[in-house]
Amino acid sequence: MPAAALQNTGKFHALGLPVPAPAARKPAQSLPTGIPEVDRRIGGIPRGAITEIYGPASSGRTSLLISLLAAATRNQETCALVDADDSFDPAAAAAVGVDLSRLIWIRCGGRVEHALKAADLLIEGGGFGLVGMDLGDALPREARRISLASWFRFRLAVEPTPAALVVVGRESYVSCAALKLEMRRRKVEWSGVPGCSRLLRGVHWEVERRKPVRSAPAAFEARVAG
Amino acid sequence: MYACIHGRGAPVLACAYAFSPLVEEAAPDTAVIDIAALELLLGPPEKIAEAIRQHALQTGLEPGIGIASNPDAAIHAARGFMGITFVRRGEDLGPLPVELLSPPPEILETLDQWGIRTFHGLANLPEPGVAARLGPEGVRLRKLACGEGSRPLDPAYPDPVFEESLELEYAVDLLEPLAFILARLLNQLCRKLEERGLAARELDVRLGLESREEHRRALRPPVPLRNPRTFLKLLQLDLERNPPPAPVLAVTVAARPARPRVHQQGLFTPLAPEPEKLELTLARIEVLVGEGNAGSPELPDTHRPGAFRMVRNSPPRVCNGPKETNPGLAFRAFRPAKPAQVRMAGEQPAQVVAQGIRGLVRSAAGPWRSSGDWWTAEGWDRDEWDVELSDGVLYRLYCEQGRWFVEGSYD
Repeated sequence: MPAAALQNTGKFHALGLPVPAPAARKPAQSLPTGIPEVDRRIGGIPRGAITEIYGPASSGRTSLLISLLAAATRNQETCALVDADDSFDPAAAAAVGVDLSRLIWIRCGGRVEHALKAADLLIEGGGFGLVGMDLGDALPREARRISLASWFRFRLAVEPTPAALVVVGRESYVSCAALKLEMRRRKVEWSGVPGCSRLLRGVHWEVERRKPVRSAPAAFEARVAG
Repeated sequence: MYACIHGRGAPVLACAYAFSPLVEEAAPDTAVIDIAALELLLGPPEKIAEAIRQHALQTGLEPGIGIASNPDAAIHAARGFMGITFVRRGEDLGPLPVELLSPPPEILETLDQWGIRTFHGLANLPEPGVAARLGPEGVRLRKLACGEGSRPLDPAYPDPVFEESLELEYAVDLLEPLAFILARLLNQLCRKLEERGLAARELDVRLGLESREEHRRALRPPVPLRNPRTFLKLLQLDLERNPPPAPVLAVTVAARPARPRVHQQGLFTPLAPEPEKLELTLARIEVLVGEGNAGSPELPDTHRPGAFRMVRNSPPRVCNGPKETNPGLAFRAFRPAKPAQVRMAGEQPAQVVAQGIRGLVRSAAGPWRSSGDWWTAEGWDRDEWDVELSDGVLYRLYCEQGRWFVEGSYD
């Protein structure tokens, strides 16, 4: 129990009053992912907390993040994307439905430490519905160098705000994340005849909640836009 | 009391402003001055009129000067008589022709048919009869002919200049002491803007250098601001990125005024970052990541693959799209694209080797040919392939002028 709470309890005892029960923690509001299958299984992304989306390359991490950005900007919320490796493709995101005029994009040019500072400044500035931190192409050894204290500081910073902090990576780095989603690729959908009229149609992904409670995987399909 | 100067040959307004800041420009050749307060300075109206006449003659003006208790009577006296005319009673304007009142043509014609040709004739007509026959405009003209008027002066204020400057005795070569000087000038400038209910949409800072050069910086905040602290912080961050090349000897700060932002937040609209705060945050981030790397992406009107530009302050669009859509396949770009070695089997890529990428091609779709801007030096012409490698990762390759690149991956 925190020191302030103990002190208050002592005051109540001294006055002979019943000690009031601690205030129930307000249930966290959530931000829809924009994918009905995932929302049904996972229930959206919590606001005021860190969510981690991880998986190997081509596992649908970015598609899920872009879908989140599209849903949030459609809801007229301003979002920020801290792009550690400068890999965000605005044209692809706009085709998916991201309102680029409501998106602040920070290009960090491969510097993870800059991404950390930028995310810190954005959360401190406030007013965002979603702050994405894309470490998807950062090498795990570099991303693991981010200290646990930094992630805890982020958790504390984002807690009193309505923003959801979403971290995308190859592996799970954030032990204090409120929600962890592991992404997997199921199959690639092609159409046409190989060597003649082949066309990439879409990819089927699978998302599984690993924290707070492990869930059954939810499957969804991302189609090639346009 | 009002004095009117009417004449040709020199700017009347300049002559009027030499006596009072309360000047109405009735016409390009006519200006009216409020001389009520001038009596303390120059004496009775006669002396004021004489002083105005002398000044006008010195500036090359041959003036008609009218002094009256209302601006309209002063204007008519100045236009109708040469020299100095005092309108003490309505009859003083009597001999003037009615054309001086600039009546509408139909009223002028009616007055002419009635034989009314002077102010005196019009003023002697009974008011109820004029109202019945000529309407409200006729009543107004009759009052003017009587030398009556109750309209206030409509002074034209000269456009204010929002500029503050300071010349230094010693050159300043550090940004910290320079910030103190900027803070003082910005405080003065923002106070001036506030007094007039304005804000600055652009701030121009000119630093006179010891090397006799000028270092100019311009700030364009997303919304008009007048908070000196915000401007100071933005300027500090800007000067950290672009410091003056030599010690500073003079500082000038000029603002381009605009109406301040009035924004009512809706009850049900989601929160958005405060523009001032966001601008400061982005300026701080730009110090870290470099100029042009923080902002909103905007797609230019081109088919060039990967084209975008970074903008600040793009107005948000109203989006009424569906609440849920099918998720689209996202693309992660490699910037710059990774040069690759691609082994072909027939007309299909069979193996790809690039930095951090190596694998046999499991499936491939392509080639998709795209080209554009061939009429410029920056044209492109390439064949694109979507490939799935043996490690399960989906990449987009392209071949341009015989060289292969990995553009990015689908994720």
